[in-house]
Amino acid sequence: MNNWEYAESIESEKIVKIEKKYGHFINGEFVSPNSKKYLDTISPSSEEVLSSISIGNEKDVDFAVNAAKEGLKQWSKTSPSERSKYLFKLARLIQERSREFAVLESLDGGKPIKESRDFDLPQVAQNFFYYAGWADKIDLAWGSEISKPYGVVGQIIPWNFPLLMLSWKVAPALATGNTVVLKPAETTPLTALLFAELCDEVGLPKGVFNLITGDGTTGSELVNHKDIKKIAFTGSTSVGKYIQKSLAGRDVGLTLELGGKAANIVYNDAALDEAVEGVVNGIFFNQGHVCCAGSRLLVQEDIHDIFISKLEKRMQTLRVGNPLDKNTDIGAINSKDQLDKITNLVNEGVSDGGELFQIECELPKNGFWFKPSLFTGVQANYKIATEEIFGPVLTTLTFRTPDEAVEIANNTEYGLSAGIWTEKGSKILWTADRLDAGVIWANTFNKFDPASPFGGYKESGFGREGGRHGLLSYIKASS
Amino acid sequence: MNTNLSMNNIVDWTTTSDLVGNVKVDQVGVLDRVSSLATRSIKRESKLDALEKIVSMCDLTTLEGEDTEGKIIQMSSKAMSPDPNDDNVPSAAAVCVYPALVSTAKKIVKDSNVKVASVSSYFPSGQAPIESKISDTQFAIDEGADEIDIVINRKAFFEGDYKKVYEEIKALKDVCGEIHLKTILEIGELKTYENIKKASVIALCAGSDFIKTSTGKISNGSSREACLIMARTVREFESYGYGMRGIKVAGGIKDAKDAIRYLVIINEELGGSWLSSDYFRFGASSLLDDVLKQIKKLKTNAYQSSYYFPRG
Repeated sequence: MNNWEYAESIESEKIVKIEKKYGHFINGEFVSPNSKKYLDTISPSSEEVLSSISIGNEKDVDFAVNAAKEGLKQWSKTSPSERSKYLFKLARLIQERSREFAVLESLDGGKPIKESRDFDLPQVAQNFFYYAGWADKIDLAWGSEISKPYGVVGQIIPWNFPLLMLSWKVAPALATGNTVVLKPAETTPLTALLFAELCDEVGLPKGVFNLITGDGTTGSELVNHKDIKKIAFTGSTSVGKYIQKSLAGRDVGLTLELGGKAANIVYNDAALDEAVEGVVNGIFFNQGHVCCAGSRLLVQEDIHDIFISKLEKRMQTLRVGNPLDKNTDIGAINSKDQLDKITNLVNEGVSDGGELFQIECELPKNGFWFKPSLFTGVQANYKIATEEIFGPVLTTLTFRTPDEAVEIANNTEYGLSAGIWTEKGSKILWTADRLDAGVIWANTFNKFDPASPFGGYKESGFGREGGRHGLLSYIKASS
Repeated sequence: MNTNLSMNNIVDWTTTSDLVGNVKVDQVGVLDRVSSLATRSIKRESKLDALEKIVSMCDLTTLEGEDTEGKIIQMSSKAMSPDPNDDNVPSAAAVCVYPALVSTAKKIVKDSNVKVASVSSYFPSGQAPIESKISDTQFAIDEGADEIDIVINRKAFFEGDYKKVYEEIKALKDVCGEIHLKTILEIGELKTYENIKKASVIALCAGSDFIKTSTGKISNGSSREACLIMARTVREFESYGYGMRGIKVAGGIKDAKDAIRYLVIINEELGGSWLSSDYFRFGASSLLDDVLKQIKKLKTNAYQSSYYFPRG
């Protein structure tokens, strides 16, 4: 053997400056929380405490919403082309400081630096550029005479793509003339706090962007605030249902982007090596903490054995470890809670009778880690075949015919995304026509573009983010 | 699985034809994988390790009309001791020359680690009858060549006569016997990924020990995408029980950084077993000097000028 080991190549943490303690960002400045309560945000790869963040209570939320109401007075008088300028400035500043944001994202959330550097941050900047361009063209978007913003918008974002989800929500909301109260996830607030500093730096009028940190109780206060005109939420289906119930009977707009259990369908006439790559990317990207992850592999029965053998060999080359190592493919699981959830579901899969393959690798002593895993021999009634695991765990099912593939793919409460692998163009179109999924990739996976709308069917939510359609989530159009 | 494999590692035409008919490769997937592997960050000891491996995998090459015995002697002695001031730097894998200069090179390298490779089969165009290609090859072998680099018949390939492409390689393999056969696909002419994969399959089935990207005589010689496709074909071959075959990338690999990226592809797609000159080679003329400079830089922290290294 001529093994060639890659030496560690660590991205320096020195570029980021993390405060010991953070307040909320309200009315253009950082303020101490009324609650006087804080919670630690830790690095999931080392369990080291990075900082303390404020927990927002009812009064904090009220303060933030009122600031956004005040901010709206000024923001609605700001011309669309001026709004556009602020967004362009933010986009450029994000680009300039992208290295800093990327390191912070990987430290706080556990994702590999190569992903935060090469995927998250470029996408974030692109989203701001894209919606900056729309700000003065909104009346053209729908052939509508009148399009009005909602007003004060509450936005609650998840921990898997913290800054990217901020950009999906904040950029279109501000472009369309709304003001924002944003609540980032409790485990990953740091990049949003740094973004708040940029808002100050570009001179965004006070109260236009407000940030309130905290846990679920803070989010609940935001949803239930009387002056909120619209809630945009990305997260779990159970929380989405709770929000929808809370808002029932109120004149509050709502868009939800929730869970998924996407089918990645591999036909026997696919380019198998490339399909293996796509399946690996589909489930192991960002440790599988991806709502549109291709978590159900549907492979045609006659190629099952060869495909699984190729897949296992490829999985074995994944490099699990320090998120700041530039050669890391799989980072840390975002939190202890999430790790427990993944572990329990995988244990259940084994006791149900699923056959588990995990790669051989050494996991770091501290932090939260899970080996990339593959289940075969799974039946449709196993929990691992239906429930969103939100971790690096792929479940394999087989099919015999295209009809059966579609039937199995749609046999889920979710409908966010799907993948199709075949060299035959006609088969791609036939299959895509029949899948209930908001995004369908063919011979690729996890490709994003700010111009392309994203969102789900069924319990994966409603409303679209990105593209022209994404504007509709933040305006009321009439003619 | 070994049943279709005859003497000389040749897979019969019926099986070959099936494999060629079943070739599938997706362009987007290939590009994605190659650009993702290009972000591997190779530092310090792993970089030094890579650079020394690259030197040991170099086929130091000159294939010009102006080549003389003097030039070949100079290059051959450089291949044996690329950096005379550093004993840790290995010798190159081979020198690669035209048939008429094989005996000159052999006189210098003798029984050292450095092999003499000769191009043949009417390199670089291959536009000649098979009888001529055979005698061209036989001549190089008689002169003492340890390895033979041939070109595929692109005329036949583009005319759809895959069987002729296969038969010619097979005939030349018969001439070579135990002599190492490298088959050049000339990927810059084949253009599409599907063609590259088809040609790889044909060349391997016909008994090639190595498949090689380019003659180096056209501008778009090698590409990392082609290397990936060829590596995957080689991997498939091994999984069928047809044994381990090698890859040589040649044509336009200009510096150490680029070469390391090729090495990463082989490492991650085929694994460590392929990281030796038995299974992976670089066709090099200017590449070697940059690699030597980078080695010196890592060891001394000084980036030295070309005149510190012997001419090849």
